[in-house]
Amino acid sequence: MEHKASHPALQHHFENLEQQREAGTLGMWVFLVTEIMFFGGMFLAYTLYRTKYPQAFASASNHLSLPLGTINTGVLILSSFTMALAVYSAQTGKRRGQIVCLALTLLLGLTFLGIKAIEYHDKYVDHLIPGRLIPGRPFDASGVHLLPGAAKQNVEMFYWIYFAMTGMHAVHMIIGVGLLSVILYFAARGRYGPEYHNPVEISGLYWHFVDIIWIFLFPLLYLLGRHLEH
Amino acid sequence: MKAPETFEIPAAARVNYINAQYGLKSWLLTKDHKRIALLYLGSITFFFFIGGLYAMMIRLELLTPQGDFLSSTTYNKVFTQHGIIMVFFFLIPSIPATLGNFLVPMMIGAKDLAFPRINLLSWYIYLLGGVITIYALLAGGVDTGWTFYAPYSTTFSNSYVIAAGLGIFISGFSSILTGLNFIVTIHTMRAPGMTWFRLPLFIWAHYATSLVMILGTPVIAITILLLAFERLAHVGIFDPAVGGDPVLFQHLFWFYSHPAVYIMVLPSMGVVSELIANFSRKNIFGYKFVAFSSLAIAVFGFLVWGHHLFVASQSVYAGMIFSFLSFAVAIPSAIKVFNWTATLYKGSISFDTPMLYALGFIGLFTIGGMTGLFLASLAIDVHVSDTYFVVAHFHYIMVGGALLGYLGGLHYWWPKISGRMYPEGWGRFSALVVFVGFNLTFLPQFVAGYLGMPRRYHAYPPEFQVFNVLSSAGASILGVGLLIPLIYLVWSMRYGKRAEANPWHLPGLEWRTASPPPTENFLITPVVTWEAYEFAPPEEMQVIGKFREGTDLDAPIIGKS
Repeated sequence: MEHKASHPALQHHFENLEQQREAGTLGMWVFLVTEIMFFGGMFLAYTLYRTKYPQAFASASNHLSLPLGTINTGVLILSSFTMALAVYSAQTGKRRGQIVCLALTLLLGLTFLGIKAIEYHDKYVDHLIPGRLIPGRPFDASGVHLLPGAAKQNVEMFYWIYFAMTGMHAVHMIIGVGLLSVILYFAARGRYGPEYHNPVEISGLYWHFVDIIWIFLFPLLYLLGRHLEH
Repeated sequence: MKAPETFEIPAAARVNYINAQYGLKSWLLTKDHKRIALLYLGSITFFFFIGGLYAMMIRLELLTPQGDFLSSTTYNKVFTQHGIIMVFFFLIPSIPATLGNFLVPMMIGAKDLAFPRINLLSWYIYLLGGVITIYALLAGGVDTGWTFYAPYSTTFSNSYVIAAGLGIFISGFSSILTGLNFIVTIHTMRAPGMTWFRLPLFIWAHYATSLVMILGTPVIAITILLLAFERLAHVGIFDPAVGGDPVLFQHLFWFYSHPAVYIMVLPSMGVVSELIANFSRKNIFGYKFVAFSSLAIAVFGFLVWGHHLFVASQSVYAGMIFSFLSFAVAIPSAIKVFNWTATLYKGSISFDTPMLYALGFIGLFTIGGMTGLFLASLAIDVHVSDTYFVVAHFHYIMVGGALLGYLGGLHYWWPKISGRMYPEGWGRFSALVVFVGFNLTFLPQFVAGYLGMPRRYHAYPPEFQVFNVLSSAGASILGVGLLIPLIYLVWSMRYGKRAEANPWHLPGLEWRTASPPPTENFLITPVVTWEAYEFAPPEEMQVIGKFREGTDLDAPIIGKS
């Protein structure tokens, strides 16, 4: 009924591309709401146990690597910037810009995952993987400097929450990397332009969301209670 | 009087969604919301009868005070599996995934849901969850109760907790995707002229339900995930030995599982709103109140989970607040009941099968709701906690409420779904059998529970036997009452009388297209110029200021043709 109706990306059950774009965007926002609730369960557990065992949590938190955490935060914020540029390039129809920005975003995402893997490996070396997650290598908090009033068993609780939250975040990063690879593939083939760029936009929404989760995780897990050390 | 105006094509050479394509592949790879609804219908019916089988085993065991039919371990598994199957694989998807899937696009004048592929994906996810759960049942079963309370589930139970949990975790995503699809569809795909306050109340109910689905289900997902890790690796989050807190599990669990009750009953209320208005041939009384009370129930429903923890070390002050909020949910529920009753007043009521179910719903839901207030009161709850009073209460809501609404809706839209009429005589008969059987099953349980019979034991003191015999007798009647519709609905698909496009002569959009509808639902995009439930003739519309000059397409339907 409109001239846009002939666009190859228009699905049969939508009237026009505008309606399709609106549905896709709203769909991603609703999905992100479910994600907030999903992480919310872990944030609740974190709040409860942090309040219950502040000393143990501070001791365990101080054992995390602040430099690596900080670098990773910077890497993610930068990746959000390049992602935003990729969306802008798609909207303005710059194919080269899209490819470069998406590739950069992918690269930064992989850098984050790499640094995260190094951190996880450090914890493995220090016997800080909680419970019986690694068979034959039980949790041992003797490497953690305990603040007065901190109980060893509660240090394990911190590491459990640390691994649950950052692990779930990393899973979302991996999904994001997969998503962006597909988008990059189609962007290289010139599918996105001023008329049709919704997949780039909603992938961007997802990517920013995963970043924001980290923006909350970083202070909660790495920064709180640093001053208690001295 | 002239025939009702429809958006259908001429009956000759009609292609509908059922005969548009043939072959297994055309069903398993379909993106048509109507076909997916039928896929869901088949699968939830399958699970319903498995769950029913477990219910029959429970009732058989409780016929005598001694534990003579099932050992206590087996009995634990049987009631757990009854709960898991019925809650997660029948009641939660029942109305939204079948009737909702079929009707949400049709009622708002859309060609399909916003994300047809995600819709199909949700069915496969549901199926995968179901298969894993069935594996858990066949491999040895689960004995934790459908509530999975820690630390029993994490540390002590020797049954297939992780497999069953995984099944529920996975099937939860099908529920999330369905809710997401509905919300986006209702926001972005309404036909021209279909404003928010012209939406049928079925749509409002599904919108509210979808909100609960997307906000609650992720929480149970992460809870079950944490539970599985705790059990697998003993990391300590719910284990007091490491400083964990088992009550945290109960909080997280009920944060979803109480609102889940509204996932079951809200769509049912939507169906009942349709039935009451349409079978009284009257505009619904207090449209906006009924619409907003759905949203109010969805919102309040999230604030009451603590009433499941009155005896679980929750502070008395928290208990008082949760008690107050639980009472508050009764207000929007009562608004609905009163508005339905007011709609019936001076209506031209016809007692067809769907209406019988709707009227049954109102009565049974009211009993279920009122006994809910007993349980929301702190002191009485301490007395009846974990007794058959609780069991009877939630079965009045889930079976008397959700199931009756589902059956009513299934009969009401059966002509549209299958293109055939069901046998009305058998329909009315089985509706009555279900009603009688249901009450005989669960009414005695209120008494037994109030007198102190605890739930979840396979043996009980002999003085409770009379109630249990009544209950088991009722369960067998209920079972027969539920088998009859299964038989005649399947029968009617082939041998039933062909249905007209609008067998009930109603104004709703779904009745303005063929039965069964074409794949695209409407051949031309409908333009809506009438209000929901507009039954009044033009003269009256003129008097109340709603009359508009218009084409034939715009005319509201006026009584029977």
